[in-house]
Amino acid sequence: MFLAFLDELRAAGIPASLKEHLLLLEALDAQVIEPTPEAFYFLARATYVKDEGLLDRFDQVFAKVFRGIASNTGVAPAEIPDEWLRAIAEKYLTEEEKAQVEALGSWEKLMETLQQRLAEQHERHQGGSKWIGTGGTSPFGNGGYNPEGVRIGGEGKHQRAVKLWEARDFRNLDSTRELGTRNIKVALRRLRRFAREGAAEELDIDGTIAGTARQGWLDVKMRPERHNAVKLLLFLDVGGSMDPFVKLCEELFSAATSEFKNLEFFYFHNCLYEGVWKDNRRRFTERTRTADILHKYGPDYKVIFVGDASMSPYEITHVGGSIEHMNEEAGAIWLQRVTDTWPATVWLNVLPEAQWGYSHSVTMIRELMRDRMFPLTIAGIDAAMRELSRKR
Amino acid sequence: MRFEGTQSYVATADLKIAVNAAVTLRRPLLVKGEPGTGKTVLATEIAKAVNAPLIEWNVKSTTKAQQGLYEYDAVARLRDGQLGDPRVHDIGNYIRKGKLWEAFTSPVLPVLLIDEIDKADIEFPNDLLQELDRMEFHVYETGENVRAVERPIVVITSNNEKELPDAFLRRCFFHYIKFPDRETMQAIVDVHFPGIQKLLVSRAMDLFYEIREVPGLKKKPSTSELLDWLKLLLHEDMPLEVLQSRDPTKAIPPLHGALLKNEQDVMLFERLAFMARRQK
Repeated sequence: MFLAFLDELRAAGIPASLKEHLLLLEALDAQVIEPTPEAFYFLARATYVKDEGLLDRFDQVFAKVFRGIASNTGVAPAEIPDEWLRAIAEKYLTEEEKAQVEALGSWEKLMETLQQRLAEQHERHQGGSKWIGTGGTSPFGNGGYNPEGVRIGGEGKHQRAVKLWEARDFRNLDSTRELGTRNIKVALRRLRRFAREGAAEELDIDGTIAGTARQGWLDVKMRPERHNAVKLLLFLDVGGSMDPFVKLCEELFSAATSEFKNLEFFYFHNCLYEGVWKDNRRRFTERTRTADILHKYGPDYKVIFVGDASMSPYEITHVGGSIEHMNEEAGAIWLQRVTDTWPATVWLNVLPEAQWGYSHSVTMIRELMRDRMFPLTIAGIDAAMRELSRKR
Repeated sequence: MRFEGTQSYVATADLKIAVNAAVTLRRPLLVKGEPGTGKTVLATEIAKAVNAPLIEWNVKSTTKAQQGLYEYDAVARLRDGQLGDPRVHDIGNYIRKGKLWEAFTSPVLPVLLIDEIDKADIEFPNDLLQELDRMEFHVYETGENVRAVERPIVVITSNNEKELPDAFLRRCFFHYIKFPDRETMQAIVDVHFPGIQKLLVSRAMDLFYEIREVPGLKKKPSTSELLDWLKLLLHEDMPLEVLQSRDPTKAIPPLHGALLKNEQDVMLFERLAFMARRQK
């Protein structure tokens, strides 16, 4: 029962398992709900979805699977770009105008026409009386008026609500997952290795008991407190194509500095060469030789590169490829040395993963990083930290 | 036993179904939502509705899963041993019951609230998997097996500061408390302030939703803040005109301290008012 639904959910990326499915059946068996489609929708949602970011996706799958079964007025949830629907202007209709608006005919006809127009239309549309968009008198879109109107997304101005799951109330939760420092810190916190180092300040109860039992008198033992002993090197790409991502990098940087005690950071431009710097105002005068860094920090350090990895391929492969100076060795060689010296190295890319394929250099850097490139999102940082903390 | 909301708590249809499913099948109910939308209050209200005692376990960053089961007070036993106290011979005297144990062995069916589970270490939920699934655990010191007579109703709240492990999530029902729409909000206000003037509430809510719409707010005011604010307005006997004056140069609402909890947000409002004045 409902196995097709489970399959669809999994296909849509909602991690529902047999366990949840059995739980749902158990709940249905125990007659937790009234036998209405709405109640079933709520119950299925509470059972399958455990992350509010997936609620919107669940609504879409539910609409798709139960169309026609759950209701006699099923509407296919069309994927329409949001900007079409964002109501910038509202066309206010008078009563006479409303009366003039013609109904297209039967429901089936309306849906048919909608499908047809969806297929035809390719731009945002506003006002008017045929195309889908906002504020118009076409039967499709939202914010407009038509007696038999079908609402697509947006707020219904004339109270013609669609089915609950088609309302897609949770859409915002899906896209606007903000990447504040707090979230980054939590993601970074995955990267930790506890060790007891430093002054003995904590009472070691087990040690004390063992010692006391052996000695016959109270033998208090102390030990150092446990804290995160992970060591981190951060290389940040600055300038040029990185300018739009300054805020993102700032947030990552501030989260990282407050999260890790043993943190060293360096800046580079586009690709790593023989020199890096710590102060952007004195980038040409006070450089640190990359070779020194390679020797100074031991292999137990974890390395994170942050950059867009977008440049001319020559900047990676060729001697003298750098756009700023004459480099005697190619960037690829330096990156190779880094991954050889520090096995735990990742590259966080500020570009969204979908764009990586468009730039040849991203693919090259990714290969040099041994495929350890992650997008600079919460999920990406999380995956990167898992990768870094993997035992080697 | 059906949860239908109570006199002091407005539950939406989806919340009722999630609660009833969790109560009937005795699976933990995981509740998430913006701070101040009534996650913790929900457990109190469920307890009230099903007439059960509430056992609260407030989780902090230092809380260990073991503390919910029991703690063995080795230091007390050590001290008693040195003093020759006869109690020392029974190790059971030094086992302190935790909240879970309390809930499992409670004579009447309790509601157990595990509040803000995301505050604890990431491993915390994993350590409670077996205990919450089978509702039993083993006490190593005494060799005793603690098993729930009747599976307690468990409510878990989370503020989303940490992701919870999949295995843990699979065992729960989940409900996300959405920020209430105007109608629900009106119902909530009516429940809390039955006698309040209709017009005043309606104006106050307009203002409240306007504030929530202002882009760039660090902390959007939520239900609990609205209730506090209304309480203040009532207490101060604020005349209706103050709320009704739609002067953009006075963008800051009266008694804004209850709504805006962040000095940057207050600054933002002052700047908006300043810009409105300049435009005149």
